[in-house]
Amino acid sequence: MGEPRRLILILVVALLIFLPPLLTSYWVGLLTQMMIFAILAMSLDILLGYTGLPSLGHAGFFGVAAYTVAVMSTAYHASFWACVVGGIVVGTLLGVAFGLLVSHVRGVYFLMITLALGMVLWGLSYRWIPVTGGDNGISGIPRLEAHAGLPMTGPIPFYYVTLLVFIACSVLLAVFVSSPFGFTLRGIRENESRMKSLGFNTWLHCYLSYVIAAAFASVAGVVWAYYNGFVSPTYLDLTASSELFLMVTLGGPGTLAGPVLGAGAIVLLKNVISAYTQRWLLILGTIYIVTILGAPQGLWNLRQRHTSRVH
Amino acid sequence: MIYLTTQTLNGLFSAALLFLIASGLTLVFGVMRTVNIAHGSFYMLGVYVAYTVITRTQSLFLGALTAMVVVAAVGLAVQHLFLRRFASQPLAQMMMTMGFALVFRDAAFMIWGGDPFTLPYPAGLRGSINVADIVFPAYRLFVIVVAGVVGVLLWIVNEKTFVGAKLRAAVDDAEMAAGTGINVALLSGLVFAAGAGLAAFGGVMGGPILGGYPGMDFDLLPLALVVVIIGGMGSLKGALIGSLIVGMIDNFGKALVPELSYFTLFAPMVIVLAIKPTGLYGRA
Amino acid sequence: MRGHQPVYVLFVLLVIGSLVAGQTVARRSAEGPIKIGFLAPLSGPYVQNGRDILNGFLLYLEEIGSQAAGRRIEVIIEDDEAVPAVGLTKARKLVERDKVHVMAGGLLASTGYALAPYIDSMHIPMVFPVISSDDLTQRRPAKWIVRTGWSSSQSSHAFGEYAYRNLKLRKVATIALDYSFGWESVGGFQRTFEAEGGAIAQKIWCPVSVHDFAPYLAQISRDVDAVYALFLGRSALQFMKQYEEYGLKQRVPLIGSGTITDEHVLPFMGDEALGVITPLHYSAALNTPANRTFVAAYRARYKKLPSYYAESMYTGGKWLVAAIEAVRGNVENSETLLDALRKVKLADLPRGPLELDDYGSPIENVYIRKVERVNGDLQNTVIETIPSVSQFWKYNPADYLRRPLYSRSESRN
Repeated sequence: MGEPRRLILILVVALLIFLPPLLTSYWVGLLTQMMIFAILAMSLDILLGYTGLPSLGHAGFFGVAAYTVAVMSTAYHASFWACVVGGIVVGTLLGVAFGLLVSHVRGVYFLMITLALGMVLWGLSYRWIPVTGGDNGISGIPRLEAHAGLPMTGPIPFYYVTLLVFIACSVLLAVFVSSPFGFTLRGIRENESRMKSLGFNTWLHCYLSYVIAAAFASVAGVVWAYYNGFVSPTYLDLTASSELFLMVTLGGPGTLAGPVLGAGAIVLLKNVISAYTQRWLLILGTIYIVTILGAPQGLWNLRQRHTSRVH
Repeated sequence: MIYLTTQTLNGLFSAALLFLIASGLTLVFGVMRTVNIAHGSFYMLGVYVAYTVITRTQSLFLGALTAMVVVAAVGLAVQHLFLRRFASQPLAQMMMTMGFALVFRDAAFMIWGGDPFTLPYPAGLRGSINVADIVFPAYRLFVIVVAGVVGVLLWIVNEKTFVGAKLRAAVDDAEMAAGTGINVALLSGLVFAAGAGLAAFGGVMGGPILGGYPGMDFDLLPLALVVVIIGGMGSLKGALIGSLIVGMIDNFGKALVPELSYFTLFAPMVIVLAIKPTGLYGRA
Repeated sequence: MRGHQPVYVLFVLLVIGSLVAGQTVARRSAEGPIKIGFLAPLSGPYVQNGRDILNGFLLYLEEIGSQAAGRRIEVIIEDDEAVPAVGLTKARKLVERDKVHVMAGGLLASTGYALAPYIDSMHIPMVFPVISSDDLTQRRPAKWIVRTGWSSSQSSHAFGEYAYRNLKLRKVATIALDYSFGWESVGGFQRTFEAEGGAIAQKIWCPVSVHDFAPYLAQISRDVDAVYALFLGRSALQFMKQYEEYGLKQRVPLIGSGTITDEHVLPFMGDEALGVITPLHYSAALNTPANRTFVAAYRARYKKLPSYYAESMYTGGKWLVAAIEAVRGNVENSETLLDALRKVKLADLPRGPLELDDYGSPIENVYIRKVERVNGDLQNTVIETIPSVSQFWKYNPADYLRRPLYSRSESRN
């Protein structure tokens, strides 16, 4: 990683650690949201940026994990760790199951099948009312600090818990993408037939990539459930998956900093801009179109002198 | 018996609307190999434009015509100015259309506001038809007939005209088609525009019943995608069969298994994609 | 690189701009105006309902010159699109960024359940003029929410009895929106109707986002005495039209929740609405001096009939201002403001008498209305008044609360 980028990274981490006590609760809340979506965006990037598999249903895992936490904590009054583990396990298992259906298709077909799976999950959350409450959603998720038995309560302690999870996930993912497995994924993205001829089991690699992406998305979903206190079908519909897709492609697929940048920017713009104007979607759409035209590799990759080819 | 007939007719009505919308989507995929995320937006713009025209002229016909022309023009502009430069990168094109979907949605809100509306029934089609104790709205029957006519027209164009032949060639193998002198770029533009116009027409036809409201673009897109996937991308016949299947499943599913009604719609899509991604009548 | 630079620069500017702009986070101060955060659907299928609620509120504020206890009142309005998730996001913005002193509004019962835990955790009082989620004043009481409207099952309890005794109905099919308002309203009707000896033959549920009622209407069995329908906003309009189109209007009488013929949609309906009988705690056709004055003022200002939504926040506004005056404008002290809100007593409201029970839910009249055409316009003529109806109907509160909340699958009471 180049020097300027390393400096930026250190600066950002330092700000994230030391700034919050100086900010208002509104900003602490926004930063918390940014980190949650950053984890989610990074998880999608594993599929989209590193393996070259465009998934348009990724918010589904996020939502399912959040719903699991919601159902377990409100209907079954499970303990904190049971909810956390339950959420991550259910989301990951879903990835294990769905992965079997999707790992043999590529390109646009992969896009469609993941969109379809995302819609299946949305449909279930919307109509399987005895479990999910349908359109009403599930509210009353206990506050994380209380549920986990932390000594302090409030947006600041929650923020630091999220920061911890965010740093842990980032480190794990960084190790993952620079491992031989991670490099194989990049090889598959560039030229799958060559990888096959070299003897790699590309199906298995794609499958595992999908499962790992699902696992990290579930982590984000668990934290989100506690942050929001409320889950509903809105959080895993097509718009949610599309916004997530935008976060990754806007920020810079194929890197870890790119999705973080994209997630942070979109959460920030969404919340701040919609305080001034209703035209949030127009601005987001325009940014997206302009970015594809001018910086198709996303903003974080602008330094690279690559052709403007998108995978 | 009454129930079965009524539900079947309901299914045909849904199929009719779906066919009008999905036919454009499937052809765009066939020629350009990309998914147009803004296709629902064209459907939405169609009914909104028609609304403006109809409140002034009271004519559904004029409204439909204007809507088709305007939205086709918008489609052509999008394709020509923005999508064409990414001709060999379907993913970039798809992402562009995603951006446009957002822009169109907000533009519609800015121009027409957030109030939902329904188009007025055309005179003469306002009542219901009453046969042997079965009561069914006349307008819905009309839509079924119109969609049938459009289907036949599309088939004629596809099978019996020179343009249709070029289209089929491009769907089969775009590179080879270009090699034989077919202007694939121009064809893509025409198909995209035609698809947009058809979607707009579908929106207008559905207007008196479903009307227009914010968010209708993303409500409809997944359904159109299900039709195209089950039927097969690039195939008009597939769009027809797919619409019938989805229309029936949707209506009967809502009645028989309301809790799983969305599941019954999207699960077949997943199954088809997992087993034969090109769909029933699609080409690889 | 040159081609990329403008994009990059633009983007960085946009982000910095937002950061700077975001710094204009408000402060709550005792000198400034009283800030009321208002939430309602101002777009989408329930825009007519949301706008009516807002208009009722604004009408009242205009009458008092937007002032209370010597301080100016400032209303910050947000659109919740009738989606609970959006309502929660906007509530966060109003409370944490705009630092409002008190909140008001909301439409759907589902929004109510979604907002309640958040409002309770932030210690900001909120007035619910419309949100009727039963449990907010029953098994899951929200301390910081003051309900001035009604509870979902309140009028349908009364109606179940009326339907059996007065309308002589014995077998009813229900078709309703599939969310908490629908479940609780139908549940209330079913309980009292079945207690009298009636039977609910079918319960059909339509998703909240329904547009086409065709698959649902086809299921309604023809040999019931009446169909009880629950819809609001655009879905009410479309349902009425399609009910007639599928030949049901001529064969099966239609009754239902007051929202299907409420004045927010009634003027847009035609003859298909005639004869429909519904219960509600308000009707624009109510012939009392207070209501006649209100209707005239609303008509003059907005050129249309007030619906119960408009009346709800007209009264809600009155209620809020009464509490503000009671604490002499000291809205910064949330606890005393909340206390004052719970103790307000008002007379001569357009809907009639209103007071809160021990659980914080309104006790008010329920009017049985029938749609008739009078002087060329459709109206909800009041054919019966049932006084002093509480959320528990005639049941003992402790016994009532022992039973679970009405849900969609209740078949035996």
